[in-house]
Amino acid sequence: MAQQDSAQAIDRELTMSRAMVEAIADEMRADEEVFYMGEDVADYGGIFDSTQGLLEEFGHDRIMDVPISETAYIGAAVGAAQAGMRPIAELMFVDFFGVGMDQIYNQMAKNTYMSGASVNVPMVLTTAVGGTYNDAAQHSQTLYGTFAHLPGMKVVVPSTAYDAKGLMHNAIRDDDPVVYMFHKRLMGIGWMPAPDGPKTPVPEEEYTIPFGSADVKREGEDVTVVTLGLHVHRAIEAAEDLAEDGIDAEVVDLRTLVPLDTETILESVAKTGRLVVVDEDYRSYGVTSEIVARVAEEDLASLEAVSRLAVPDVPIPYARPLENEVIPATEDIKDAVRSIGS
Amino acid sequence: MVQASKLQTMFTDMVTARYYEERLQEEYLEGKQPAFDISAGPIPGELHLAAGHEASATGVCQHLRDDDTVTAPHRPHHIAIAKGVDLNRMTAEIFGRETGLSKGKGGHMHLFDPEVNFACSGIIAEGCPPAVGAGLAAKKRNEDSVAVAFIGEGAVSQGAFLESLNLASVQDLPVVFVIEDNDWAISMPKDRVTDVADASQRAGGFDMPGERVDSDDATAVYDAAKEAVGRARDGNGPTLLEVQVHRRMGHFMGDPESYRPEEDSAAAKNRDSIERLASELRAAGIEDEEIDELRENAHDRVDSAIEWAKDQPQPDPEDAYGDVFVGPESGVTTTETTHELAGDTRAGGDD
Ligand SMILES: Cc1ncc(C[n+]2csc(CCOP(=O)(O)OP(=O)(O)O)c2C)c(N)n1
Repeated sequence: MAQQDSAQAIDRELTMSRAMVEAIADEMRADEEVFYMGEDVADYGGIFDSTQGLLEEFGHDRIMDVPISETAYIGAAVGAAQAGMRPIAELMFVDFFGVGMDQIYNQMAKNTYMSGASVNVPMVLTTAVGGTYNDAAQHSQTLYGTFAHLPGMKVVVPSTAYDAKGLMHNAIRDDDPVVYMFHKRLMGIGWMPAPDGPKTPVPEEEYTIPFGSADVKREGEDVTVVTLGLHVHRAIEAAEDLAEDGIDAEVVDLRTLVPLDTETILESVAKTGRLVVVDEDYRSYGVTSEIVARVAEEDLASLEAVSRLAVPDVPIPYARPLENEVIPATEDIKDAVRSIGS
Repeated sequence: MVQASKLQTMFTDMVTARYYEERLQEEYLEGKQPAFDISAGPIPGELHLAAGHEASATGVCQHLRDDDTVTAPHRPHHIAIAKGVDLNRMTAEIFGRETGLSKGKGGHMHLFDPEVNFACSGIIAEGCPPAVGAGLAAKKRNEDSVAVAFIGEGAVSQGAFLESLNLASVQDLPVVFVIEDNDWAISMPKDRVTDVADASQRAGGFDMPGERVDSDDATAVYDAAKEAVGRARDGNGPTLLEVQVHRRMGHFMGDPESYRPEEDSAAAKNRDSIERLASELRAAGIEDEEIDELRENAHDRVDSAIEWAKDQPQPDPEDAYGDVFVGPESGVTTTETTHELAGDTRAGGDD
């Protein structure tokens, strides 16, 4: 080592689920008013490890298994939040949002505005998103665009353990409702192997990451790839391969959809002139369209070429060849980059 | 007394369903060893097997015809088998093949066989409203078909279930709601999520008959369902029926079940409704040889369905884009007729 840093580099690596849980546990220790409600979050520890180990420390009163009644318990989180507590409610799969959606978008998301901000809703709605494991149309969606479209909730999508922890601290402390969407494939669950990437060094102490600050996960000069969640890792992999062909891709991880860091995207596009947006949600009326529209509105002059890659407008099919066809793969990202030249 | 021939049919359904789940478990775990990877192997994704639930499906479905509708939840195989869903095509669907019931698009939680009016949904309790709709259609058309919605006991706190009870009741619809109570909703024991141990009591709040069959005894289910289905078919409205069943396997394959006491798993395995029915067959004078033959035939049928399914072609990736709609996107027309509307200036006329 050339020089002695004042602070030692952090080498403690955590899976994304461990990092999330660490932030939740910290907040629960610091504030009695934080509690967690969801199906199978107590003894099971969350189907996707979102609450592993919390029951042992906090007990059933604060890590609450609830009936399969999404309307009731998500709505109860809204009410408890309005009473000043800081509930975290988990929707096991985002696909189940339909069951409790009124509480989410007509109550949780609107009560602040409708009350002229005399009421506020300091809660977090955590939910598992994503496909790639053949769970078919009712258990594989990301629905990023659906939640981001409806005003009144912040929407967080971490892609690494480091980000997951800092974003979770910020989410729980936020005085407004935050939807925290974690991708199953990134959690580091034993039975669903994660790609390389989401497991990162994570500081032991607490830290917050501001919403609305995208992170350039790989710097590049030739093309900007904007993405989120699982596809950050697919984009980085694509970029490494493209580098061998002399194409230098920059990968921008949005980290939050609401608020959206348009600035970082514009800076990158101003440099590269080429924009590829990659999303695991449906193509139409979604994240890809929004990003392209913002860049077109703000800096059309820099935009030499555009491509977007998302799930074509079909429900997610079950069979492996069909699912592989519709969820953007690393190869598809490379093709999209190549298709707009450089 | 249930007729001997009915006992035999029920026994056949039950051993078919049990063996089917055991064979699927084997197939599912193939390619997922030594480290369990949910997306690997010939059957990827979640798999919810129903070993221990057989009595409820067969006891109810004995009273159903092909034109009666059944909706099943995420744990559907035993119900599909009892309803007479095409076993080959259902198996091909579970293996994600082109000739599967849904051409590989649906998978094991989303089986549809319109030939026998069977459908399922993986969202808890959401099969209830469509069953009410099937009952509504029958009533409107003055037909005597009925609809049965199967759910787990975890679903009884869900709005879709409770709202369906009310709608079916106030409209006097020919619907039977069947709760398969296996004591667990994944890791959540019943008493953690409801104060009402007997969910058939929920019927009272809707002025509907409710009954609970306290053991997974196929003939007891048969008798209770006979009354419920009969009531519906005769135009006397809905019934709520709860049946005690047992979960012999994990919630889904790969479930470590660390939340579940050993004794509970052991007890579930000991209460075998299939053995119970076998002794009733013997009591009805059916020889052991004949019982063995029923069992063997059922096993052969399952084995050959699995063999057939695994031989079927994978779907073509391009097929992913089809089947979003059945008709043309433009609707029933591709042209627009012109109408002269008062105050319409588009036509450019000046009168
Ligand atoms: C609306 C909704 N919430 C949660 C789930 C996740 N989930 C799948 S099965 C299950 C437990 C269901 O328990 P029960 O109804 O008793 O049926 P069992 O699995 O025991 O047969 C849960 C919570 C879901 N599929 N849909």
